Amino acid sequence: MSTTIYVSRDSAALAVGANRVAQKILEQAKLKNIELSLVRNSSRGMFWLEPLVEISTPLGRVAFGPVTPESVASIFEQGLGEASQHPLYLGLTEDIPFLKNQERLTFARMGITDPLSLSDYEEHGGYEGLRRALTLSGTQIVQEVLDSGLRGRGGAAFPAGIKWKTVANTPSEQRYVVCNADEGDSGTFSDRMTMEGDPFMLIEGMTIAGIATGATQGYIYVRSEYPHAIATLTEAIQIAESAGFLGRNILDSEHCFSLQVRKAAGSYVCGEETAMLESIEGRRGIVRAKPPLPAVQGLFNQPTVINNVITLASVPIIMAKGAGFYKSFGVGRSLGTLPFQLAGNIKQGGLVEKAFGLSLRDLIFKFGAGSRSGRPIKAIQVGGPLGTYIPESQWDLPLDYEAYLAIGGTLGHGGIVVHDDTADMSKLARYAMEFCALESCGKCTPCRIGSTRGVEVLDKMASNQNREQQVVLLRDLCNTMTYGSLCAMGGMTPNPVLSALNHFPKDFGLV
Amino acid sequence: MSVATSKSPLEVQRTIHEILERHAGVQGALLPILHDIQDVLGFIPADSVSDIAAALNLSRAEVHGVITYYHHFRMTVPGRHIIRICRAEACQSMGAEALMVHAEKQLSCSAHQTTEDGVFTLEAAYCLGLCASSPAISINDEVYARVSTADFNALIAETRGQT
Repeated sequence: MSTTIYVSRDSAALAVGANRVAQKILEQAKLKNIELSLVRNSSRGMFWLEPLVEISTPLGRVAFGPVTPESVASIFEQGLGEASQHPLYLGLTEDIPFLKNQERLTFARMGITDPLSLSDYEEHGGYEGLRRALTLSGTQIVQEVLDSGLRGRGGAAFPAGIKWKTVANTPSEQRYVVCNADEGDSGTFSDRMTMEGDPFMLIEGMTIAGIATGATQGYIYVRSEYPHAIATLTEAIQIAESAGFLGRNILDSEHCFSLQVRKAAGSYVCGEETAMLESIEGRRGIVRAKPPLPAVQGLFNQPTVINNVITLASVPIIMAKGAGFYKSFGVGRSLGTLPFQLAGNIKQGGLVEKAFGLSLRDLIFKFGAGSRSGRPIKAIQVGGPLGTYIPESQWDLPLDYEAYLAIGGTLGHGGIVVHDDTADMSKLARYAMEFCALESCGKCTPCRIGSTRGVEVLDKMASNQNREQQVVLLRDLCNTMTYGSLCAMGGMTPNPVLSALNHFPKDFGLV
Repeated sequence: MSVATSKSPLEVQRTIHEILERHAGVQGALLPILHDIQDVLGFIPADSVSDIAAALNLSRAEVHGVITYYHHFRMTVPGRHIIRICRAEACQSMGAEALMVHAEKQLSCSAHQTTEDGVFTLEAAYCLGLCASSPAISINDEVYARVSTADFNALIAETRGQT
């Protein structure tokens, strides 16, 4: 009987040498005359264990990790079975607590299937959602998404169904679906994992959005920093097209939907939806004033559904299992699950999909096992570079949209960046302003000029030039940016700055 | 794969015209065109701006404005290999700033510049999506994570060997 070995092809695995490990496995198999098939699967999202090597056994897959090319020979030496005594042996993959305690709905196939195998995808529930959607009217699909309570996973948390309804109800010859895959937030990688690891799920979600709203053309706007995601998506689109899941008469229905990948060009603000539209249209990524909303007048002035990767990727399971199933997860108005991304100075970094409502403390200590440096954790930034630094006194709050809004924070795209006690919060505050100055599109004054002035004021504070007065100035400036900026870039940059100042005044020389 | 061009001016012009033809009639073609040109030539030659503008019925100022707006596009010849060091928050929490300082010293070149021998261009990146395995860098289209200064030196030596 031939053995199947799995080595991930996710960027995070490749970045720590997965290709060299895979190569060594093939060499060893040849040397030892072992018949094996090597599958390059998606990643389980346990990045501290990558390169993770999984071996199929009658009891299930067993895991070894992190495997170096040098340790491959010894794994073969000790036998490929489940009872290995090898120091890198981790037991059954599914029993690793980090995985076992998750609630994986969107990431259910992650680490299990070959990303570009349509048959793998369909065997694991793929395209059930589309098949059901094809039996429904557009209005019924939109209603199902509305009923599920799905809110935008890109950060703004706007109900997806309402957006879809607006697009569907706006009369037009041409409508579009645009997937925002400009995942620029530090600490986030769930979009990248989805595009690299389960691209058909995103394609299926977009196709359903197209059918629901009467859009026939979709665009996926992907960051240029994600070459592997672009390559995988492009290939997946071709495979889906030739199998009849995209293009004309999808699965012999009357529906048509085509997809194109558009490569971004390194501008953070293009993750803002209207700047992204400008960019796809071939212009500088300058934010548009709203209204008109993109759902009414979006891409090329036509009604446009714009959703983040995870929002669209959540649609297939909602359609397959029903709105009731999806909304049985979560709390309050934060329904379903969020793929949290544990990043930065964390021992067990990776992807944790859980229903809304658990605490940051549980996430960081039960899943993440504390800091990677072993030092005490000082601050945790939740929600990307525009998110708030959360001090220990707030780690027990439930992770849901409203609870974080109440403390002036945001869950954003679910990125969680851990800093240990060596972090200088005044430097991180300065960095937030510096980043805003670098990435501001320049259209509105509070963001364009405020960010540069913010850097200057923070520098004066650092060198103790009238420090107390600078604090007043900084707060006033942040107030102007918060309420006067056109979009979230300038409007939310004060979040990390003020939370650092409020919770860690010592780092600013204030006591 | 290194990208810098060794094409003659005539070949460059032909390449640009082929790319423009390939995108004829595509809605919002400017970014895809600029990407294709930079992928082949390594940069966007200043004298291609008028051809691009003419093909898309835009002004030269509009095309120039787009090229200079986006961090990814460049109008000067880069080094044979482009190193990007992530300096966003997650990587900062694991020593990205120190890694950048090390890289500048090791390559004798500061960020956003090219080494004197033209082998490396050093750039800062703002997130490579490898935030659970920080610090991360990329060299051309390949990514590397949990990069120590020793790893960095080894990668530089290996990459230099390829040229």
